[in-house]
Amino acid sequence: MINFRIEGRSAVPPYLQIVQQVRQALRMGVLKVGDKLPTVREVVAATAVNPNTVLKAYRDLEREGLVQARAGHGTFVRNLPPGPPPGTHSRLGRSLARWVREAREAGLDDESIESLLRVTLQAAPEEEIA
Amino acid sequence: MTTVIQTRGLGKQFGRVTALSDCDVTVPEGRICALIGPNGAGKTTLLRLLSGLARPTEGEMSVLGSTPRQDPAFLAGVGFLAQEIPLYRRFTAEEHISIGAHLNRRWDPALVRDRLKSLNVPLDRAAGSLSGGQRAQLALTLTLAKKPRLVLLDEPVAALDPLARRHFLATMADAVADDGLTVVLSSHLVADMERVVDHLILLSASHVQLCGDIDALLAEHRVLVGPRKDTAAIARTHTIVQTVHTARQTTLLVRGNAPVIDPAWESSEVGLEEMVLAYMGQDAAPAISDLTSVGGET
Repeated sequence: MINFRIEGRSAVPPYLQIVQQVRQALRMGVLKVGDKLPTVREVVAATAVNPNTVLKAYRDLEREGLVQARAGHGTFVRNLPPGPPPGTHSRLGRSLARWVREAREAGLDDESIESLLRVTLQAAPEEEIA
Repeated sequence: MTTVIQTRGLGKQFGRVTALSDCDVTVPEGRICALIGPNGAGKTTLLRLLSGLARPTEGEMSVLGSTPRQDPAFLAGVGFLAQEIPLYRRFTAEEHISIGAHLNRRWDPALVRDRLKSLNVPLDRAAGSLSGGQRAQLALTLTLAKKPRLVLLDEPVAALDPLARRHFLATMADAVADDGLTVVLSSHLVADMERVVDHLILLSASHVQLCGDIDALLAEHRVLVGPRKDTAAIARTHTIVQTVHTARQTTLLVRGNAPVIDPAWESSEVGLEEMVLAYMGQDAAPAISDLTSVGGET
């Protein structure tokens, strides 16, 4: 079972925060196929979000084919999100850590590193098109 | 979709003072609706009209399919929690539960006890000796015990600390998830309740400024930032809600989805609090822009 954290100040709407946290939990192996997601009432009682927000998030996940609602029983994990095989994340994380160390040694502070990453991410799809 | 609240041209005068004027609002079933407005905007008046505690001087309204009035059949469907959190100070929660059983047609004492136990509110202590958060939880739980279809809450979280506020809103949202009831809760701040509400009524100076589903309202508003210039071209295709000028820059909050052709304007999405403050501050906008230009590049 996972706990959702809803960040009120985030630019990401609450329903999308739930969707992203489920996907992340699936990628990291915290949730496995067959696991049950918390019920709408459990999420609402823990986070004080609107019940429709949770329903919307679960519907989105169901449309993606990641979970399946079984009437009267709850919502269950059905598939893992498409993506690279397990282990990829930690491998890339290690090489990113090396890169961050290099950037800090070169005198970049966290804010410059974040903005560099953002610019690079935004530029990447355009390069692919070109 | 069932409509729980519908008003048309609703108004209330107290002598020569207008508390509410020309009020058209709609709230569909199952929504948690924020009733937002500055102090004195008419929030309490609207809630009292909807609950049948006051009579309008003009217009009409339908609540749960009938006209609000002091009649047991209507009142059984509506729970109203007044701002001052009315409880008997010397009575315990258990005694309040007994009183409620005598005064209401439908009453679920087991539900009250279960909810209060899970909230760690003692049943055997005088209400006056409970904390502010516990008193608010007790009052809300008693309001829910009569199984209303519509709950009206007047500034329920204003006096609570952030944690008690969160717990109060969670109890309320849980009841919505459980029973499918409709809630209207008033506040002068939207930030407190942003995550829990999905519908909005914005009152300012006795008038309705906005009413609708929050996602839809946000989708038809945006912020335009550009070099300081005449806004007449934008005003032809959009409603300008708020204008802030600095010496070199103009920031507009506009309503309307027509395309902005002039590339000088950079368009971005708007957040709930930003949109609400823009409408609430419409009168104060010139003062804000003066301040900005003093601090800017003049």
